[in-house]
Amino acid sequence: MPFLVLGIVTIAFLITTVTKGDPLTAIVAEQQMSNPEVVAAAKTRWGLDRPLPERYMIYLGNLLSGDLGTSFITKRNVGTDILYRLPATLELVFAAMIFGTTLGIVLGVLAAYFRNSLIDHGARLFALLGSSLPVFWSGLGLLFIFSVMLNWLPGPGRVDARLALPPGITGFLTIDSLLAGDWTVFKDALWHLLLPAFVLGWTVSGTISRLVRANMLDVMSREFVLTARAKGASEFRVVIVHALRNTMVPTLTVIGYSFAYLITGAVLTETIFSWPGMGSYAVEAARALDFPAIIGVTIVGGLAFLVTNLITDILYVVANPRVRLS
Amino acid sequence: MSAQISSAPPGAVDKVGEREPLLSIRGLRVGFRKAGSQFEAVRGIDLDVAKGEVVGIVGESGSGKSVGMLAALGLTSKNAVVTGSVRFNGDELVGKPAREMRKIRGARIAMIFQDPLSSLNPVMTVGAQIAEAVRLHHRVTRKQAMARAVELLHLVAIPQPERRVNQYPHEFSGGMRQRAVIAMAVANDPDLLIADEPTTALDVTVQAQILAVLRSLQERLGLGLVLITHDLGVVAGHADRVAVVYSGRVVEQAGVSELFADPRHPYTRGLIASIPNLEESRERLFSIDGSPPALGRLPGGCAFHPRCIYAAARCRTEDPPLHDVGGRFSACHFATTLPPFHSAVLAAASLDSGDVAP
Repeated sequence: MPFLVLGIVTIAFLITTVTKGDPLTAIVAEQQMSNPEVVAAAKTRWGLDRPLPERYMIYLGNLLSGDLGTSFITKRNVGTDILYRLPATLELVFAAMIFGTTLGIVLGVLAAYFRNSLIDHGARLFALLGSSLPVFWSGLGLLFIFSVMLNWLPGPGRVDARLALPPGITGFLTIDSLLAGDWTVFKDALWHLLLPAFVLGWTVSGTISRLVRANMLDVMSREFVLTARAKGASEFRVVIVHALRNTMVPTLTVIGYSFAYLITGAVLTETIFSWPGMGSYAVEAARALDFPAIIGVTIVGGLAFLVTNLITDILYVVANPRVRLS
Repeated sequence: MSAQISSAPPGAVDKVGEREPLLSIRGLRVGFRKAGSQFEAVRGIDLDVAKGEVVGIVGESGSGKSVGMLAALGLTSKNAVVTGSVRFNGDELVGKPAREMRKIRGARIAMIFQDPLSSLNPVMTVGAQIAEAVRLHHRVTRKQAMARAVELLHLVAIPQPERRVNQYPHEFSGGMRQRAVIAMAVANDPDLLIADEPTTALDVTVQAQILAVLRSLQERLGLGLVLITHDLGVVAGHADRVAVVYSGRVVEQAGVSELFADPRHPYTRGLIASIPNLEESRERLFSIDGSPPALGRLPGGCAFHPRCIYAAARCRTEDPPLHDVGGRFSACHFATTLPPFHSAVLAAASLDSGDVAP
């Protein structure tokens, strides 16, 4: 694991050095670029005059003390920036995963149970649309229908800008407002969260539902399902307690993977819904060649992947007694 | 044809009338619809099981013996069409609402299956699965149910049941799993236990142990026991009465000693003759020529006639009903006129005539 982290850091760092763009354009105003003194001063100021290995070592040293460097654009510490943005992304991704896994599992189970029925075909279509429709299309489409046409849901953004926000304890607006007992903000934040979370969750629900369906079909034909029926268990019990639990092992893997994927993959959704998260931060950073920010986002994304995988592995053991002993 | 099969053989009821019939199956048929076409896996099973009686059902794989019993319990898949009559304690089971069937399954009638490796849920402890069987039919606490599970494991002679209840199926050996499955089946003191090939997947030494466990439970609890098997040896050692099934029908039904001493159906004769015999050394084992007909492609007349060494013209056109042959039943036109049976003679005769596949 420590090696993986080092690998992520190294690659993230190196990628920025091989790109064509000149980071100075992000630092120095266009008119000043012809002034060699200013350029030289900027180079010294940001350490760009030093050789690459030295820059790398300095970066690693800073990183060990938790310093991700200073953003060219915001002139703030990248770590601070990300800490401010990360909870918004995590809140969105958690909500999306609630949608994605619930829809995925429910549809997968129904599709398997009512195989080749209208429900099965409907679930297949839903899954297909979810994983093939680009988010900028489905997001804009749904935004248009539910926000503009029907006016049921609020437009883009995380919360109504006119509302006074509760103190940030967790950074999750829904949880913070609940902790503060502020129902107005809670309701508003929840309504804002609904559509982007659905759009994002839809993309992963397809994969999950197809996987659950395939595994359910396999498990439902096994003899212990017949045993459960022969015991007098109800169909609901047979499906949920006996069959579904046996499909959870492979499903967990995909859920974990989807979660990690969404943390970095929410970029488009965040852009469309003006969600102030990591994704939109990454887009801004990339556009401005803000190297410290790009490296920071890459590292945090990579770490999120590692942590999610670790948690998945742990849950794996919980769900599957067969690996517990060995 | 169907009328002949559906009508109960008159003698059957009389015979078990001496002992009260627990399960009474008449004219049971199971058809499957698949992509427009329809075929029948069970084409008329008649069977009685009395209280405390052990009935063996013998037949090749695919003969419909398992499907028939699954259908009797309402456990066949959704595309199955079940007709006929299955009466349990006088109560008609065919067409009974699912909710009421659930109250009978696992409580009054239990069923166990062939493969103990896959008939236990791999992600639940053995104890939890036995306790579930108890709690599905009795209002007891989790704790009481687990205590009962320990008791049941003890009953099927699993050592250290207190420790074993908390283990998962993969920590059990094959024989122990089948014991656990049996413990689960008798959890609610059923009247009838249907065991579908309970020993087929096990080692020979373990087979004997499992059968012993089944028999001792059957005697202690006064269970009616239906032993579905393709192993005539199992039937000979344990059953009171035997029904022989061929391509979805009972072709012969008799007491176990009568059946082995004097089989009245050529198929039964073939089965008995093909049991390997240590005393009479033969170069080749006897086998019935040909193979069972594919479902939906049954020959006309008697389904067995293409493989039958006694077949006559009549057998090709007329399907014989299961009829009374002096207190026992056979579905052969020549049930009463078949030559005296001696398995070695039959085998030798057919080997000489070249009727037998090497």
